[in-house]
Amino acid sequence: MDKSKTFDLSKTGLTRRTALKGLAATAGLVTAPGFVRYSQAQSSAPIKIGFQSHRTGIGAAYGRWYEKTTAAAIKAINAAGGINGRQVEVIIEDDGTDPGRGAEVVGKFATQHKTDIVFGTLFSHVVIGSAPAAGEAKIPYFVVSEGHHVASTKLNRYVFQPGITDVKSQIQSMAPWIAANAGKKVTQIFPDFAFGYDHRDYLPPALKAQGAEVIAQIAIPPTESSFTKYFPQIPAETEVIYHVMVGPAVLTFVKELGEFYGSNRPQLFGFMDSLEATDINSPGLEFLDGSHFWEGSPRYAQADDSAGQKAYRAAVGIDDNGAAVGDPKDVSTASHMFGCWETLYVVKKAMEDAGYKGPEDRAKLVEATEALTAFAEGPEHPQGPKTFNGKIHQCFGIQNISKVEGGKLKVVHKTKIEDGLYEAEGDYTTQAL
Amino acid sequence: MSEASPAKAYGLHFGAIALLFVLSFLLPEYYHGLLARIMVLAVFAMGYNMLFGYVGLLSLGHAMFFSAGLYGAGLAVIQLGWSVPAAFAAGLCCGVVLSLVIGLLALRTSGVAFMIVTMMFAQVFYLIILYFSSWTGGDQGMVVPQPARVLAFGATSLDLTNPTVRYMSALGLFSLVLMITLVLVRSRYGRVLVAIRENEERTKMLGYDTFSNKLAAVVISGIVCAASGAAYALLFGYVGSGFASVQYSILPLLWVLLGGAATTLGPLIGTLFMYYVIDITSGYTSAYLLIVGVALILLVLFFPKGILGSMRQRWLGWLP
Repeated sequence: MDKSKTFDLSKTGLTRRTALKGLAATAGLVTAPGFVRYSQAQSSAPIKIGFQSHRTGIGAAYGRWYEKTTAAAIKAINAAGGINGRQVEVIIEDDGTDPGRGAEVVGKFATQHKTDIVFGTLFSHVVIGSAPAAGEAKIPYFVVSEGHHVASTKLNRYVFQPGITDVKSQIQSMAPWIAANAGKKVTQIFPDFAFGYDHRDYLPPALKAQGAEVIAQIAIPPTESSFTKYFPQIPAETEVIYHVMVGPAVLTFVKELGEFYGSNRPQLFGFMDSLEATDINSPGLEFLDGSHFWEGSPRYAQADDSAGQKAYRAAVGIDDNGAAVGDPKDVSTASHMFGCWETLYVVKKAMEDAGYKGPEDRAKLVEATEALTAFAEGPEHPQGPKTFNGKIHQCFGIQNISKVEGGKLKVVHKTKIEDGLYEAEGDYTTQAL
Repeated sequence: MSEASPAKAYGLHFGAIALLFVLSFLLPEYYHGLLARIMVLAVFAMGYNMLFGYVGLLSLGHAMFFSAGLYGAGLAVIQLGWSVPAAFAAGLCCGVVLSLVIGLLALRTSGVAFMIVTMMFAQVFYLIILYFSSWTGGDQGMVVPQPARVLAFGATSLDLTNPTVRYMSALGLFSLVLMITLVLVRSRYGRVLVAIRENEERTKMLGYDTFSNKLAAVVISGIVCAASGAAYALLFGYVGSGFASVQYSILPLLWVLLGGAATTLGPLIGTLFMYYVIDITSGYTSAYLLIVGVALILLVLFFPKGILGSMRQRWLGWLP
């Protein structure tokens, strides 16, 4: 062996005194406050989740309940040991339900708060406006929006929707039940903007596949405050009115529809989006008695609620009527907010699968999320079982159809996951990370 | 404004541009990104200021000019697959055509009527965007794909999604518009605009064709706002009808009033101030708009001509 290439301690001039000094210095360095912080950052510093909340603007009612659900989920996750042994901390920024501010907030999470992910956005225009910022910052962006934008694969590889089904899937799931139970000739009434267009575009083919048809589509401008003039456009042979009006005008809409038809009305089928955070027993809504609604997760406690559903409701703090415990007037957005709970458990699972340590592992987190395929019903997924398509970053699940009976909503049918499946429109996994 | 101070004026503006350039290397990452966005929106405010500050025409419809550029550039990329320079040019062309048509019609009115007419036209423009939602994405808007946001020069290319490139692009546009504004307001044409603002009848009597001058101002203002919109679409990758709503017609008015109407740097100061007040206060309370409102009232009370406008009135008479 060539000794010139080996390290010989005896030739370094290293005395015992020097060695002791070196050891002391090393010990000092290790115990110095900065080093402690550094080593803790690797092991026990909290995982930071940036919550893009609609605290103000048109989404404020949803935002408040999304925050409550998120707080409850984080509390449960932390009580059970956190994620990868680390506690989870939520940092909230208000996006004003505005896409421009939304993009800034995503940038703020990525570059100022340095959160591990961004989470929680509901309104579609804010998601679409913020997605480019998330893609450019390469920060995973977990939305709870139900829009079809994620699954359309028009956003980017960093955007996921693993905790709530998308509207295309929801509409498609409703068609078999409507055709079999409500009627074959359907008239749609919807707001004349994107939310309404999803229903306008996805329902007719779904009904056609079930042997039913849409015989009229009535788009109502978002600025409209009275609807009586539109009702004569409803064809006389209509068997089902499919309505998805949203916003404050919905009370007027239902009241005027009741005045138009009296007691002899067609079947009514609506989406709960119309009445989220609104008491179903509000004056003017009596006309809805006996009608049916899509619900993501049931607002009212059901007789057959699973243990997971019961635990979830208790943790979030909603009573059997879907209102805040102690404040019956504070009605929740039950059909959507479960998505926050479930998304956070998906994030937990994906971070654990990825062995996630910090922002340098964000690409691993994306791949680990894409590798997920199914979520079993239980405390982590109280709404029901789901499948996940990693190519389009979208989950698929069951839907509830509820009937208004005696001032409450009773689930009368649960769809199957397969009812809401459709052909993938692209593949995010082909995009570079 | 003093005539004998071109060196000071140009020095101040070049100094401001140099400061913004240097800030690119000093600012933390988040504020670096935020300032890029502020500079693009300050261009929007400068376009608004051209009409409101110098001609005295209060429009409540400038969101349509911004959106004309936003959609002109954005749709050119999304729907037609055009390159960035061609899309930017398309945005500018949309701004020119729209502002010419709106100017020809709206300038038949003045004062409150002008304000209402421009607001109505902007509302029509907004509803058109919603109506053609299959093309425009309606109220949800559309993403300008990241791979398309690249400025190619032969073999080399600049990625507009890169924070430094984006900042410098925003600074380039801002600087260009700022210097054009400065030259313009110091020119004979700029003097005529101010004369129209101060007394249109007297300006007419002096032999000036006030309609043509005002129309030119509407078109210049429209082009600048459209340039801001086009840059926003290409640099930040989103087009949406929210930018055509009345809120985005009121915002440039607020930015200009805050910074100082008829001051060249006022729009930047106003936009910067408003952005930072919102950014900081929203971290403490969801009632941040209340704080913004109080700040605006205080400014109106103590700086009735805006920040730079009041400074010019009290201390810096040479400020352009």
